Amino acid sequence: MNRIAAIGLVAIAGVGIAASLSSPPHAAEIRVGSKAFTESVTLGEIFTGLLGDSGLKTEHRRELGGTRLLWDALLAGEIDMYPEYTGTITHEILAQAQSYSDDEIRKKLAQRGVGMSRSLGFNNTYAIGVSAELARRLGLEKISDLAAHPSLRLGFSNEFMDRADGWPSLCRVYHLPQTNVRGLDHDLAYRALASGGIDATDLYSTDAEIRYYHLKVLRDDLNHFPRYDAVMLYRLDLEPRFPRAIEVMRRLEGKISTPAMIDMNAAVKLNKQPESQVAARFLQESLGIHSDASNETSAKRVWRLTAEHLSLVGISMAAAIVLSVPLGILAARHAVAGQTILGITGIFQTIPSLALLVFMIPLLGIGTLPAIAALFLYSLLPIVRNTYTGLRDIAPSVRESAVAIGLPRGARLYLVELPIASRSILAGIKTSTVINVGTATLGALIGAGGYGQAILTGIRLDDMGLILQGAVPSALMALAAQGFFEIADRVLIPKGLRLKGEMP
Amino acid sequence: MLEVKSVSKSFGATKALDQVSLDIAPEQTTVLIGPSGCGKSTLLRIMMGLLASDSGEVRFLGAAVTPQTAQPLRPKMGYVIQDGGLFPHLTAAANVSLTARYLGWEKPRIRERLEELSSLTRFPMDGLDRYPVQLSGGQRQRVSLMRSLMLDPKVLLLDEPLGALDPMIRHELQRDLRNIFRTLAKTVVMVTHDMCEASYLGQQLVLMREGRIVQIGTSVQLMNQPVERFVADFVNAQKSPLGDQEVAA
Repeated sequence: MNRIAAIGLVAIAGVGIAASLSSPPHAAEIRVGSKAFTESVTLGEIFTGLLGDSGLKTEHRRELGGTRLLWDALLAGEIDMYPEYTGTITHEILAQAQSYSDDEIRKKLAQRGVGMSRSLGFNNTYAIGVSAELARRLGLEKISDLAAHPSLRLGFSNEFMDRADGWPSLCRVYHLPQTNVRGLDHDLAYRALASGGIDATDLYSTDAEIRYYHLKVLRDDLNHFPRYDAVMLYRLDLEPRFPRAIEVMRRLEGKISTPAMIDMNAAVKLNKQPESQVAARFLQESLGIHSDASNETSAKRVWRLTAEHLSLVGISMAAAIVLSVPLGILAARHAVAGQTILGITGIFQTIPSLALLVFMIPLLGIGTLPAIAALFLYSLLPIVRNTYTGLRDIAPSVRESAVAIGLPRGARLYLVELPIASRSILAGIKTSTVINVGTATLGALIGAGGYGQAILTGIRLDDMGLILQGAVPSALMALAAQGFFEIADRVLIPKGLRLKGEMP
Repeated sequence: MLEVKSVSKSFGATKALDQVSLDIAPEQTTVLIGPSGCGKSTLLRIMMGLLASDSGEVRFLGAAVTPQTAQPLRPKMGYVIQDGGLFPHLTAAANVSLTARYLGWEKPRIRERLEELSSLTRFPMDGLDRYPVQLSGGQRQRVSLMRSLMLDPKVLLLDEPLGALDPMIRHELQRDLRNIFRTLAKTVVMVTHDMCEASYLGQQLVLMREGRIVQIGTSVQLMNQPVERFVADFVNAQKSPLGDQEVAA
């Protein structure tokens, strides 16, 4: 049985290894990464445009996900650089409680083969904001001014309420007396502030909403919040490969001011301008660089996303079917192997999809390949289980008859057992495919594209139209898959199994 | 032709067969009979090589029959199971001819054999294109019988072939089975728990109890010269007006 279980695992690992061999760690272009939020994407566009203007071949792998994902991708050589914040580097990447100076950070990063630029010019840290009108009325300029007004109502994002450097320590450091303090959703906090429901909230220093809601950002006069200076992280092997890249990138050090960043965030989030356009305008105004901000039409985008989504689903499902049906047969034949196979495929199912995608990065990098591998692993269980059940549910008298009429083992499988189990096997494939179409939208988190890309961007920009451009076709594709398999049922399930008893 | 030599078989702590030996007479119908749980079906399945015995052996035409070795012998052995065991995804004709097609028989040869068998078993030719769900219980057993006879086996083994049928159809099929057995003059081994059916169809009856053979003989011998009390009890318990008539006939 060990041998059998091993075959299954080797097959799964084999797909992974074959896939990883086909993706060279260093491509011929500079790959700029960005996280899945507006400021990061805009910065990514700016650097892509800047490097491109200097005649370097670049690719922007945009809105990939969170810190851990980008950092892993950078270490794996899947991207060459991405914008990051010094506070995040210290607390999340290096996992240090105390603050480091920039030089200390540089030394630590160099040990991992990563370099850090100087500050790009703005510090996107936590800040406390009040409405401009209230600030004028009470003469609020800095956070310590709040101590004199104990009746102010404070509403903070839930994250800020919990963080060690959030409300608990802010309150201690500034001796804030307010007792009316609530946790609420970040977006709701802005609206509550605008409508007068609360008097102050936490925000990020470059939030577009500062402009939109006319907020006053209070100065952190006791330096409570750690610095979150925007910097570029890059692989130290970028220099030997593209000698000019670092020098070109450095041209933006200290060039992006806080108001400029707020403007750009507002242009994207509030005025719905594409990041590429906003970035191009910034480059032209600050460095006199002309870059083309190419714009895709909606129809073209949906078409591209459809092609990407179909290839994610198609390839992962084809591989899953090819492996799962034999695994299901194996499971049905050998009790111990059966439990092992069902157990292992079951475990894949319990790994949260985001975690599985992150596990894939060291193995397969980012992009289409790891997404296909993750989808493939998710699609195994329903097919394996249904193949197993379909075969096990065959009546013993039928199974025994197949033996008794003298068919050898292989012939019994192809002529009797698989046809009888076909309905169950197809039902498993159908379930798998429908789930796969939905799960594939998460592939966008690691740069695999597909409908998830539109949904992700739509959520980030609060653009319902864009979300629907991803969600509706994704639902339609699931329905189409369902319909396709209804037809496949008619062709592939033998007629004798589809008839209800119609006695002559 | 078919010999059973001191075969034993246990399922867990239960002894299903205990040192059973039996010689099946060629070209006759032997019926294994006894109360449920006496081991008659187990014996039949071991004879067919569907089940391995714990000790002892079964020989068919001189070769040992076990689940591992039975494969080449199976074309010479026909088998019918209680509920027919028909393949639900195949038509009656495809069920009957599956092995023949697998062995590469030509179409005309298959067609010819199907016609022979459907007239022998009195199964309507137009029913051959129906699927099992479209057939009645009696028709299904006829198809199952045709399937077991397709390759013209030397021996036919039937496990309660009429057990699931209602009395009218059962009676009709008993008559047909007797005709078929007598026409073909094949070696037949059949399992039943019904004494009337046994005496009507069988030339030799093998009465079993708790994994052992109690008595072997014709139905008249079992009735008139029971070797122990149990034989008389078993025979009398199942006596019915119909049974009397049939035995008398």
